[in-house]
Amino acid sequence: MITRRQVIAASLLPLASWQTASGQATAPLSDQERALHALNRLSYGPRPGDAAAIASQGAGPWLEQFLASQLEPSKLALPQTLDQRLQGFATTQLSQAALIGRYREATQANQAAQRASGPNSNDSDTAAALTKARRELVRPVLVEASSARLLRAMDSPAQLEELLVEFWFNHFNVFAGKGQVAVLVGDYERRAIRPHVFGRFRDMLSATARHPAMLIYLDNFQSVAPGYQPPGRQVNPNAARLTGLNENYARELMELHTLGVDGGYSQRDVTELARMLTGWTINYRAALSGSQGDLFVFDPGRHDRGSKEWLGQKVESGGKSEGEMALDLLATHPATARHIAFKLAQAFVADQPPPALVQRMAARFTATSGDLKAVMQTMISSDEFWQRESFGSKFKTPYRYLLSTLRALDVSDVQDIPPLMQVLAQAGMPLYGAQTPDGYKNVEAAWMNPEALAQRVQFSAKLAERRASRTANADGDTAVLLGLPMFTAATRASVAEEPAQLRTALLLGSPDFMHY
Amino acid sequence: MTGLSFWSCGQASSDASLAQRKLVVVMLRGAVDGLSVVVPYAEPAYADSRSSTALAAPGAEKGVLKLDSRFGLHPSLARLMPFWDQGALSFVHASGSPDSTRSHFDAQDYLESGTPGRKSTADGWMNRLLSTMPGPAAPTRALSMGATPQRIFAGAATVANLGLGPRALDAKVIDEPRMQAALEKLYAQDGNMARTYKATTEGRSEMKRSMANGAMDAGADKGAASAGSFAADARRLGNLISKDRQTQLAFTSVGGWDTHVNQGGALGQLANRLASLGEGLEALAQGLGDSMKDSVIVVLSEFGRTLRQNGTGGTDHGRGNVIWLLGGALAGGQVLGDWPGLDARALVDGRDLAVTTDFRAVLRPLLQGHLGLGEAALAQVFPDFSGSLQGKLLRSA
Repeated sequence: MITRRQVIAASLLPLASWQTASGQATAPLSDQERALHALNRLSYGPRPGDAAAIASQGAGPWLEQFLASQLEPSKLALPQTLDQRLQGFATTQLSQAALIGRYREATQANQAAQRASGPNSNDSDTAAALTKARRELVRPVLVEASSARLLRAMDSPAQLEELLVEFWFNHFNVFAGKGQVAVLVGDYERRAIRPHVFGRFRDMLSATARHPAMLIYLDNFQSVAPGYQPPGRQVNPNAARLTGLNENYARELMELHTLGVDGGYSQRDVTELARMLTGWTINYRAALSGSQGDLFVFDPGRHDRGSKEWLGQKVESGGKSEGEMALDLLATHPATARHIAFKLAQAFVADQPPPALVQRMAARFTATSGDLKAVMQTMISSDEFWQRESFGSKFKTPYRYLLSTLRALDVSDVQDIPPLMQVLAQAGMPLYGAQTPDGYKNVEAAWMNPEALAQRVQFSAKLAERRASRTANADGDTAVLLGLPMFTAATRASVAEEPAQLRTALLLGSPDFMHY
Repeated sequence: MTGLSFWSCGQASSDASLAQRKLVVVMLRGAVDGLSVVVPYAEPAYADSRSSTALAAPGAEKGVLKLDSRFGLHPSLARLMPFWDQGALSFVHASGSPDSTRSHFDAQDYLESGTPGRKSTADGWMNRLLSTMPGPAAPTRALSMGATPQRIFAGAATVANLGLGPRALDAKVIDEPRMQAALEKLYAQDGNMARTYKATTEGRSEMKRSMANGAMDAGADKGAASAGSFAADARRLGNLISKDRQTQLAFTSVGGWDTHVNQGGALGQLANRLASLGEGLEALAQGLGDSMKDSVIVVLSEFGRTLRQNGTGGTDHGRGNVIWLLGGALAGGQVLGDWPGLDARALVDGRDLAVTTDFRAVLRPLLQGHLGLGEAALAQVFPDFSGSLQGKLLRSA
């Protein structure tokens, strides 16, 4: 047996250089480092103004104030320019009915174009008419939703709120490429996600379960009791002929939204939950009559009234309350607490999050009945969050890379958003474009590859070149970047040896900047 | 599922010819409905279970294309029939993963790690294959097509990466010598990035050189669908593989198969997806050109879909699926595998086609007979697995 004394003695042997390295690897973060870490992890990256504020206030006081304010986003007013920009996005003010109306109009225009074209017409004319309707009616809704998301992420002082909107949208992912979801993603984010990111998990779960975007994306709006006979004419002509269950939402509700894949449910539980959720659908009649409110409706005629057995308990026939009971149970299940805690810790702390931290966050989730602000507080006040191993250890996703680049160069109020959407799409991370319900991963293994490096270096170099061509001072951006705290001495020294016109791109392409 | 296959008697081809052999894996993410791809038209339970999505028997209007007395191919895949007729296309039905998960994400993970049921496996089986294949390493020996890293290629061995779209290999800033000299120094501080960076520059210069070598046939993209389509990307991939004499392994994936609603039959959603996939596979084969005779293309998906269509004209997550095998190296023209039938008693959980052939039992003999892997290497690629599909998969050993 090796004694503790022997271990200590052995560790003293390699002497100075080893001790220094080891000391650095475990030393607590300095105040400066903590401030940078906070900006990296709790915002989309430092801006020049942040560096200036840290310098003038001192890192310690700045950090204390930053952390407190990030957890109280309602007290952080949006800058006027951003606020005005957001107000100007007309489609973000539309009701769900009006949004669906636009989609319907585009579909009808398409059908009219197809009818008019006839067998001998020019195909390219038809195709042009098809894309015109989408371009004019559907595309602007998606572009405005994307603009609002990206501009807020760039310029909102409530940065943690924006990170959490991204996180929770991704957790409850819907895909803009699926039918009417194209016009609903913005409304989904505004109503089902954003209001709850510092609120209760149960409320967000409920809001996503009822939102037309989720009901369409995972098909529950069409899932009906076996043998269902629709009353009269189908209101939505594009709907499938409904004859029974669709278990898509029920499965992902347990696997992805709550319990997690190893949460201890069976195929039978999936089917039974799908039965319990029959009748949770969209009120398309209200949509047609231009209702201003939410379009969710529970339709008892579609509901499977039989008794069910789900997760080992008998479920009495209770209409809508069966689904509510299911959401209650899932929201408070210990497997859900673990699953949510793991995902948050993986996104904010480390690709392989420390198990003890996950456990404490899960315990806090359970103790507070899913108070998401409390869970974030536990995480941010943990030793694990601030440990050196975590510092600069995560690899940026394309989304974070794009935003952190713009923030580092103090770009704000970007007028032309589609080129940014294109950058994300090319990198394999189109905004609102994750096709599958698990959303995007946020670990290095999912994003670091040769194509990513080639694209990031390309983006940085072209951005630097364009900006340099517009100003007399080509070195301005390099100076701005070097004022930021994330570049190591080695990177600074290495970049200083290179030609001036490459330096901005090299800093943005450096390992220091690709990580956070 | 086990048994001695003919090539395990062992006479490997000469090394020179082994070095020409290629394996391309195309993964259909989202679980394609295998019962609509290779349709068991002779089973009464098939049509009975699918009131609006069943395909008609061969000979009927919009019927399946006859493969044999039991199975027919989806009519949207008509472009693949010439391969069947030439003996360059086979299928293994009722195949898949032994793990019973119906989670897309776990099931895909198992298919890519090559260790069903075990989540802790860090690397992908194609990366293990790359490190154990006989012959020298090279920067473009393995090629991953797409913007993001693929789980199946995760691991220590270096994989080249071809981006999507016609401009993937256009000159980029990262190709400029001055920039490269600077980046190389910068990335030297960070082991993982240095490795990725090396793969970037070496891979890109090799790929660009190959494509410049006897530039793409003028007409190569002619007749292909839009430049951004899978067919165009697949043709480019095939072309690159055939021109770069070092490339032996390639992978890409195609999504959009999760047809829970309005799946359609001979026409409709799934038919459209299959038509563009068929076009893509044909384009890949055309891109491969002469190399097609030394190639095996494997198309596989994480699990199959329910026998019975659901209440919304679609199908839900099931179990057994069909693996597609395309290429000149195959003894094609066969629907292989032990067909369990669609009787109520044969279905898993009373609803799904059973898995009678482990996907590794299809891949293992290909790695052995086609790529020349020995037992030790096979044990690294698929640890704790020794099954092998009964029947003759390859044209010659």
